[in-house]
Amino acid sequence: MADPDAVTAIVRGPGRLARLGAWIDERFPMTELWREHASEYWAPKNFNFWYYFGSLALFVLVLQIVTGIFLTMSYKPSAEEAFGSVEYIMRDVEWGWLIRYMHSTGASAFFIVVYLHMFRALLYGSHRKPRELLWIFGVLIYLALMAEAFFGYLLPWGNMSYWGAQVIVSLFGTFPLIGDSLIEWIRGDYFISDITLNRFFALHVVALPLVLIFLVVAHILALHEVGSNNPDGVEIKKNKDASGRPLDSVAFHPYYTVKDLWGLSVFLVLFAGVVFFAPEMGGLFLEPPNFEPANPLLTPPHIAPVWYFTPYYAILRAVPAFMNTQVWGVLALFAAVLLLFFVPWLDKSPVKSIRYRGPIYKVSLMVFAANFLVLGYCGMKPAVQPFKGISVVGTIIYFAFFLLMPWYSRIDRTKPEPARVTK
Amino acid sequence: MAETIDKGRRQLLTAATTLTGAVGVAFAAVPFLSSWKPSARAKALGAPVEIDISKLEAGAMLKIQWRGKPVLVVRRTPEMIESLGNHDARLRDPGSDASKQPDYTKNPARAIKPEFLVLLGVCTHLGCLPQNRFAPGASADGVLTADWPGGFFCPCHGSKFDLAGRVFAGVPAPVNLEIPPYSFKDDAHIVVGLDPGKEA
Repeated sequence: MADPDAVTAIVRGPGRLARLGAWIDERFPMTELWREHASEYWAPKNFNFWYYFGSLALFVLVLQIVTGIFLTMSYKPSAEEAFGSVEYIMRDVEWGWLIRYMHSTGASAFFIVVYLHMFRALLYGSHRKPRELLWIFGVLIYLALMAEAFFGYLLPWGNMSYWGAQVIVSLFGTFPLIGDSLIEWIRGDYFISDITLNRFFALHVVALPLVLIFLVVAHILALHEVGSNNPDGVEIKKNKDASGRPLDSVAFHPYYTVKDLWGLSVFLVLFAGVVFFAPEMGGLFLEPPNFEPANPLLTPPHIAPVWYFTPYYAILRAVPAFMNTQVWGVLALFAAVLLLFFVPWLDKSPVKSIRYRGPIYKVSLMVFAANFLVLGYCGMKPAVQPFKGISVVGTIIYFAFFLLMPWYSRIDRTKPEPARVTK
Repeated sequence: MAETIDKGRRQLLTAATTLTGAVGVAFAAVPFLSSWKPSARAKALGAPVEIDISKLEAGAMLKIQWRGKPVLVVRRTPEMIESLGNHDARLRDPGSDASKQPDYTKNPARAIKPEFLVLLGVCTHLGCLPQNRFAPGASADGVLTADWPGGFFCPCHGSKFDLAGRVFAGVPAPVNLEIPPYSFKDDAHIVVGLDPGKEA
């Protein structure tokens, strides 16, 4: 077992360092914070593979902030200089290529890790009571991350940056009455221009990172308030020892800090592999048209957003225009993301974890996950058959998974949850 | 003095203070939100643009930039103009009733002078640049079939428009290509961004 007093002994024991620790503790809750969030944060002892992705997401956030800060030192947010300054970073700045590839690969890694983290929640019911607000903070992080990725994607000022932004900003123009003035307000000009680039830069490097950090802190505070869920979906706080510590728990530090460091090292091997050997990922992470500067008069032959947006892009395109407006596709796109907020209340199953759920939820979740990948694939392809038809079916499956959940989760044949966590 | 608290009074004062503060915040937000609108410089750069059409051949297209958007000017041949009436049944909005154009171009040819078509080269679906595919009939890349009367094709999502920028039914674009305000300065010059009879 972890000895929480070990830290205190280092900080408070005899000697100068201890006296410094004591001096700080009288003025700032250093030891208290450490205990509350690490050495005495009691986490379920049965975390498995799926529990790596929260700490990995935190790591990638820090990586993006650090590499991002260094990129801003050489990047110029103007239509004249942006494209050239990225080339300058790649060719002339010492190790600039590495910092830039870490940042561009980090963006994709962020979404991979976050998608797996969200899938974990759906597997083990981590969004269920009492963790609804924890889940809502998570969905807000996901939304902020999408905005952050979108604004960042314009900055290299390549032709795909330009036209991708053009397509996404145009989405807001589909709203009746306010549409035209809304997109003019977003762009600050009559087209995607230097002005737009400059403000997207400000949002990407200052505003959204602040929002993200705030939300991540709120997410972790909410987690540490209610305590972590686990693969069995049973509350470890129901069985405590005399000192109030859950029986089925271990201290987050050192047990999970060490476990997460192991996960991090595996992640870094894979991450470095991509950074060094496949930073473009065959056009998935860095799209080929983006190696040409933005050209307002030349659309790339095929516009597709980066892979992490393509499932939603497929949904957007699956909904046809009618009543002379294509706002319906845009509404479907927003609804697809906003539905996530309601999952804690849509799920009526008596059990949380997939281990004790019945066949209906197991099949539904697997179909949903596979369908999400299929939608993502269709979203990268031109809007022709068979992708159009598949997107329509995929969109129906996507919405059915959430909207039918109150019924199928209730009638599912579940197994009884154990009283304590299992292996 | 009695140590009693007048809760009603306190509630009223709290509500009044909150309301006053909220109004202040709303007013303070105006400059920040307004700073996102096109600046004076952006507006100046968006001024009308003059195009010389004297050297534009029949059947050819000019592409210029106005407010960062491509403006397409096509000098239509008599055959092109004639062909416009033959496929109304296949169009989504043949009369341009749901589409955007100045009133003086809401006519069968969608132009001030039928010979000159002026369009924004911005697909009404998601803002891509439609390609000119003026040759009628099937295309080598297979996207256009034998009944194609000639017109514009959007490479992004496959929207099709005829030689007046009118959208065909069954494609993602909901309405016809937009026509910007424009006027003829004289027989050889079009001014994009300026309505007829107005001063630059």
